[in-house]
Amino acid sequence: MKKYLKTHEWAELKGKIATIGISNHAQNQLGDVVYVNLPDVGKTVKAGEMLCSVESVKSASDVYAPLSGKVVEVNKALETTPELINKSAEGDGWIAKIEASNPKEFDALLDKTAYDKFVDETR
Amino acid sequence: MELKKTPLWSEHKRLGAKLVEFGGWEMPLQYTSIIEEHRSVREKAGIFDVSHMGEILIEDVDSVPFVDNLITNSISKLKNGEICYSPMCYENATIVDDLLAYKFSDTKVLLVVNASNTDKDYEWIKSQKRHYRVKIENVSNNYAQIAFQGPTAEKILKKVSGVDLSKISFYTFTTGQINGINCIVSRTGYTGEDGFELYFDPIAAIAMWRKLIEIGNNDVKPCGLGARDTLRFEACYMLYGNDIDDTTTPLEAGLGWAVDFTKSSFNGKEVLERQKEKGVTKRLRGLEIDGGIARHGYEIFSEDQKVGHITSGTKSPTLNRSLALGYVDVDHSKTGNNLSVDIHGKKIKATVIKTPFYRGSVKSK
Repeated sequence: MKKYLKTHEWAELKGKIATIGISNHAQNQLGDVVYVNLPDVGKTVKAGEMLCSVESVKSASDVYAPLSGKVVEVNKALETTPELINKSAEGDGWIAKIEASNPKEFDALLDKTAYDKFVDETR
Repeated sequence: MELKKTPLWSEHKRLGAKLVEFGGWEMPLQYTSIIEEHRSVREKAGIFDVSHMGEILIEDVDSVPFVDNLITNSISKLKNGEICYSPMCYENATIVDDLLAYKFSDTKVLLVVNASNTDKDYEWIKSQKRHYRVKIENVSNNYAQIAFQGPTAEKILKKVSGVDLSKISFYTFTTGQINGINCIVSRTGYTGEDGFELYFDPIAAIAMWRKLIEIGNNDVKPCGLGARDTLRFEACYMLYGNDIDDTTTPLEAGLGWAVDFTKSSFNGKEVLERQKEKGVTKRLRGLEIDGGIARHGYEIFSEDQKVGHITSGTKSPTLNRSLALGYVDVDHSKTGNNLSVDIHGKKIKATVIKTPFYRGSVKSK
């Protein structure tokens, strides 16, 4: 099950490992993604802190960490095919995996219904 | 303040464009994808609503000497029906705006200026009237403007053209009918490709727009400001407010080719002559970036010393390389020099390269 941040990131938790990306709505707003500034493996982040950035033709957008923890893997495919984020933001276009230091943080994120409602309201 | 709308605004809405604010106007950023629209113009053709551009009409007996004093390029050397690109400078040689000057006759010159600068330009131009016998009028609302660009633009436009397009050479114009509508038709553009710009009665805008797409049989794509920016960037055409402004001079921007020093006088001439003699201290250069995207305002370094700043940058959709334009201190501006750009706190290698980055089907004079 995916959960979302109001800053348009998603996370999916399996055990202690959270896969993270940006939402389909976010990629749609961003337009063509041309570069992903992947985080360094080993980097530790706190929930809500900037994890990395995604660059579209027009602008750079910060990506925030939905959960606290350590980056254990990044999606290397984005180095050569950043457009994966446009094609599959919530699938093959995932950005990083974080080993969550406090998996309970996941509970506080928005579920899909609440996120979709939030997006609708801010449109 | 409410945003201004072009006569094609409702059409952009209907086509599902993503609309953004630009220079006080609500304009289409993209219809589908900036990269798709960009490629369409490089490979086939694209149509742009550029009705937000300003038009300022100069009429009466002193039109030519007045405009010659106003801009750095020469209008007196043009024949009727010719166009020049030119910076328009303040006395200190920094740039008020860059524009196209259409010479209809010795008593009529039309200046096409940037949308965001139209009001400022109009005030500035009026302030320069002094003894000149000219009538200055902001006629921006009288025109819809469409740019029809791409290697197949002529072939497609021919189908509805009442004028012989093959006779309109680069940077010239004529008046005549396109799709039965009276237009100013010029072979100009901002994409690096061949193409035309049409100026006509706003009332005909939607009919013209739809017709020009229809006759393309899927080869003509509506293009927004996003693609307009990436296309002009690859061709290294200046964007006012990014690459040039009231802190830069034409010589620093590499626009010396559009400065006619043989004219007896023009705004900024003394300063530019001194700059030419002594040499400029900074120069707009092309940069190839080693990873990441360098954007407007990012700082350029040589070792630990700041030597300039980026004015425009993106990943070139045609070349698939991360490129940028920026002002570099002249001592560090040689082609091949290794510099760096601070991107999100990391210094990324940047190499000075030749411009333009790309030259498409655009004709030469």
